[in-house]
Amino acid sequence: MAVVKLQRPKLNFGEKIYFGALIKGFFLTMSHAFRTLRGKSVGAKELASSGLGVTMQFPEQRWDEHLPEYYRGAPALVTDEQGRERCVSCQLCEFICPPKAIKIIPAEIPSDDPWAKVEKRPLEFEIDMIRCIYCGMCEEVCPEQAIYLRKDYLITGLKRADMVHDKKKLYEIGGTRVGLVNKWNELK
Amino acid sequence: MDLLIQLAIIITKVVIFTFGIVLSLVPLSVYFERRFSAIIQDRVGPNRVGIPLTLLGFKKDFHFFGLIQPVADGLKLFLKEDFTPDHVRKAFYWLAPALTVVPALITVCVIPFGSPISIFGHTEKLVIADIDIGPLFVFSVASLTVYGITLAGWASNSKFPFIGGVRSTAQMISYEIALGLSIIPVLLYYGDLNLSKIVQYQADNGWLLLPFWKNGSLSLPDLNTALFWIPAFIAFLIFTISIFAETNRMPFDLPECETELVGGYHTEYSSMKFAMFFMGEYAAMVIGSALIITLFLGGWSIGFGLDAYVQKWEIFGIGIGGFIHMGCFLTKLIAFILFFILVRWTVPRFRYDQLMKLGWVVFFEAALINVFLAALILAAPQLTGAIIAIGAVLLIVLTLSVIWVAKVSEETPKILRA
Repeated sequence: MAVVKLQRPKLNFGEKIYFGALIKGFFLTMSHAFRTLRGKSVGAKELASSGLGVTMQFPEQRWDEHLPEYYRGAPALVTDEQGRERCVSCQLCEFICPPKAIKIIPAEIPSDDPWAKVEKRPLEFEIDMIRCIYCGMCEEVCPEQAIYLRKDYLITGLKRADMVHDKKKLYEIGGTRVGLVNKWNELK
Repeated sequence: MDLLIQLAIIITKVVIFTFGIVLSLVPLSVYFERRFSAIIQDRVGPNRVGIPLTLLGFKKDFHFFGLIQPVADGLKLFLKEDFTPDHVRKAFYWLAPALTVVPALITVCVIPFGSPISIFGHTEKLVIADIDIGPLFVFSVASLTVYGITLAGWASNSKFPFIGGVRSTAQMISYEIALGLSIIPVLLYYGDLNLSKIVQYQADNGWLLLPFWKNGSLSLPDLNTALFWIPAFIAFLIFTISIFAETNRMPFDLPECETELVGGYHTEYSSMKFAMFFMGEYAAMVIGSALIITLFLGGWSIGFGLDAYVQKWEIFGIGIGGFIHMGCFLTKLIAFILFFILVRWTVPRFRYDQLMKLGWVVFFEAALINVFLAALILAAPQLTGAIIAIGAVLLIVLTLSVIWVAKVSEETPKILRA
């Protein structure tokens, strides 16, 4: 590897005196300050700022309508058009989950159920949102298109127990999703 | 009885000026620092902490632009664990924070906060100790701050604080000289070391950097005063920059630079002990600004010949001119603190060798030459033309030789090759 010798730039007298650069710096910082106060900072519009700098002030203003398609929020279970819970508790998501946030207790579907041929469904499906890292691996690994990362990001709670999403909560977040592959529906 | 009244007056002044004004300016300047740096960086800054009226059942919180933030910060520091590491030298470790705070607060006593106020015929000066060695007292006491920092560095008994402490000492030595020399022209001009009299003189005859009135009426300065503006401005620059170094502010915050030394001299400190270093730094900043304003920018004077007029204002036998002057002083003080903050967020930190060079090679010589220049200008009316010419030539020769020496000493040594 060749040695490249870099020459330091020769400074002229004005640059050596340094005060000019100082004053230039003051103008730069003050122009930023004034633009911030007038809400005209660079990028303020694109970032939907609050009118002070480029910052969006959170509880009053939300990023919700700017969220990209691929945003990965809280994972949730979905039901399909027939109202069937799509999860068959194969537990692949539980096994792949890197922080081990998912806990599933599988159960058999009773034979008098119209979906008895699916055989299994989760009795309990818990995601510990303190552990969840929103990686989306559960969504990727699911063979039944049953678990999706939705756009919910405000997962809060006053105690640890609040942060565990149980099956009911997961379906509440997930809701119904249409247009998925109908693996178990003969009618199509 | 008289003595008791005198004592009561002094204690009242101490409480109002030291604890009421300077100590409450410390959290205020912290708030300004955070908000100002935020808007410089296109951010918002702390604007939430206020009075939580919603907790009491009201509709809206009272934010007040987040002005309560410093209180929350202070409370946080107060409630944190005060941890003393095992390896420190306990006595000095405990002494150091106090040694940084106390000198900064002691120097408050010579700063004149306003013109004398008269209450029912009794005139009272708005300065705690009206002593005749004002600036010298400030220098001698403020220099003690460095003992706190050095002791903190040494007593912490670990490497980063130690380097911070040593740096602080070296920096102090190199900038104290320039600091002291730079105000000699100013003191020559005033012919007085009493800060109250200096400010009174400025109120009557124009501020040192704004000499546009004389004896209470607007007028252009005479030739001598106009010429003296040059050394005065050089003195102002050197003094301000040295104050920056003295208070360990950016661009001279080498003793505590986060990027190199973790936290510098206060790495091992926590809770209120750390807060005391913090307080000492900001109090020093307040006092430094106050001193600059007092010496160069007219102290409490409103300027433009209005001071004598304002001083006469009275309401119910109480002269309110003094309070108006105090308001003027505080306005100037806050403006200068904002300038300190602007500099901090504009100028990058100097490298250590650059800092030393700036102190020893540039400012020391510049201040020294400035003393002669000022002396020549001040003495010119009493001297004959020939002597003035000889003095000017000598001064130019001296300046050029100093510049030449600085240039020669700057030459980089040839790189040795193996």
